[in-house]
Amino acid sequence: MSKLTPVLSAAWDQADSFTIDGYKRNGGYNAIAKALGMSADDVITTIKDSGLRGRGGAGFPTGNKWSFIPQGDNKAHYLVVNADESEPGTCKDMPLLLANPHVLIEGIIIGSYAIRANHAFIYVRGEVVHVVRRLQQAIADAYKAGYLGKNILGKGYDLELTLHAGAGAYICGEETALLDSLEGFRGQPRLRPPFPAIAGLYAMPTVVNNVESIASVPAIINNGVEWFQSMGTEKSKGFTLYSLSGHVKNPGQFEAPLGITLREILELAGGIRGGHQLKFWTPGGSSTPIFTAEHLDTPLDYEGVSAAGSMLGTKALQIFDETTCVVRAALRWSEFYKHESCGKCTPCREGTWWLVQMLEDLEAGKGTEADLDKLLDLCDNIAGRSFCALADGAVAPIISTLKYFRSEYIAHQTNGGCPFDPVASTLFDAVGAK
Amino acid sequence: MFTNEELGTMDQIIARYPKSRSAIMPLLHFVQSIDGYVTERGIEMIAEKLDLSTAEVTAVSSFYTQYKSAPVGEYHVGVCVNTLCAVMGGDELYKTACDRLGIGNHETTPDGKVSLERIECNAACDYAPVVMVNWEFYDNQTPESLRELVDGARAGNPPAPTRGPKKLRTWKENSAVLAGISDGLSGEGVQAGEATLRGLKVSKSAGGKK
Repeated sequence: MSKLTPVLSAAWDQADSFTIDGYKRNGGYNAIAKALGMSADDVITTIKDSGLRGRGGAGFPTGNKWSFIPQGDNKAHYLVVNADESEPGTCKDMPLLLANPHVLIEGIIIGSYAIRANHAFIYVRGEVVHVVRRLQQAIADAYKAGYLGKNILGKGYDLELTLHAGAGAYICGEETALLDSLEGFRGQPRLRPPFPAIAGLYAMPTVVNNVESIASVPAIINNGVEWFQSMGTEKSKGFTLYSLSGHVKNPGQFEAPLGITLREILELAGGIRGGHQLKFWTPGGSSTPIFTAEHLDTPLDYEGVSAAGSMLGTKALQIFDETTCVVRAALRWSEFYKHESCGKCTPCREGTWWLVQMLEDLEAGKGTEADLDKLLDLCDNIAGRSFCALADGAVAPIISTLKYFRSEYIAHQTNGGCPFDPVASTLFDAVGAK
Repeated sequence: MFTNEELGTMDQIIARYPKSRSAIMPLLHFVQSIDGYVTERGIEMIAEKLDLSTAEVTAVSSFYTQYKSAPVGEYHVGVCVNTLCAVMGGDELYKTACDRLGIGNHETTPDGKVSLERIECNAACDYAPVVMVNWEFYDNQTPESLRELVDGARAGNPPAPTRGPKKLRTWKENSAVLAGISDGLSGEGVQAGEATLRGLKVSKSAGGKK
């Protein structure tokens, strides 16, 4: 028996799953009639009671986020969907939108109705043109069908939906940077408070939710709170997409109840690639401290991963086998954070450059053991000292790789360079790389 | 000068937003769809349309890596060299592309056909190693497939994206889509690749839920 629970992914194997006809054939857009027949407060209560938590990384309860929007304030409210998926390893929202953009739109209609918003936005990353096409067509078709625009389904509710393509900045996945970007500025995080629920887009009350969180809403409205709560663990309810990548036989998307373990997912995916063993992995993208084989049975829910010293994050399970140099991995992730630091806060802007320089030396075998302590000291002066979590993410791969693989860092020094052959970790042989 | 039609499109883009300044990003994509990169005349026109200084527009343009300050190729090749793709072959692929094209990072072939960029994670890790051309997915690349891809691009006949339209569109054409102008191709291409369906297939072959 499989432990998987395909809900979002249930119809992805149908060739027209991304069209409005395909979506409706599978029961799509039934939930809006139900939701618009409820009071907005009841919709919020339903989502609160379901226990749905944010699927974009932080895990904040979605219904609570919605309930923070002040009511009766005579201000414009906004729902903004964060589709700027770019955390390294994370690859769930883009295939979801490619296969079924309408489920997001249906969730947006319900969420916007609940928070009394009449204008919603999807901020999609710009480096995925075909996903943008699918969203454009889906929005146009939803307008034509009367699911968007004036007086939706004759229920007296109006909603405009605008698609906004980003332009290649990881930081815009941070919700306040995303809002600045959407307002037409450089995407740099804002100091909080005020939180977006009070002063978000155009300084109006705003909810920012991840794609998968909003896409989960129609199923909850259709099937009810009890159904949703029948999946998952005590504090982490429901189903979610786990994205398995790297040195595994069969990488891909696995939709399962929260709390499944990597051991279970690996079994379903045919295990690590032939003749190799698991060395290290990320539970939720590069900003979440790495795990090793000793964490194979850690429940992959919000609490389980935290208790083991990391974060559930985006559930991006990046798997690396014994051919992978951990210092090279840490260096490459550090180069990413250096590239993506928005430059607003000094510890992150300057610190990420220092981290890369030190790691370059260490990978080349030119470091000393004292450098390892200096590296940790540097991390300590970056994490928690900037506006947003990018700085915290930047140090996570370094601190965690040093925790589990300090001897490998030292081996680079005694060896006078990297002891690994990078070709051994590729999927093709050296001859082809000429 | 921009044509009246182009100026009209700019006005339509601005009308999508409650506040005009929000249109700056789609307008920059739109300028790239006409000029191929963010030109001086493009910045001046956006500034005029949004009642901003050219410095304010440039400040935004220079923040985002997809906006180019110099021309790129008709086919802009991005090789993912973030950790997972790099480890699984992205570093070798990047070398392959450099060797085959005779150019480096952020450079364009002399004929203006192909440009190259080292890119960060593009949300397709289950298809690693990944290459993007004009921001379309080329999944599970090998040195052989990449050589075919860049050779085809130089000859003006690149292979189709793995998950995308039947025929690869040019940099300018795809920039227009990013500006919010539909090219009507959303119906082309697969709904999902093999890796996307992996869990669903396992679940179905195991005989259903739970």
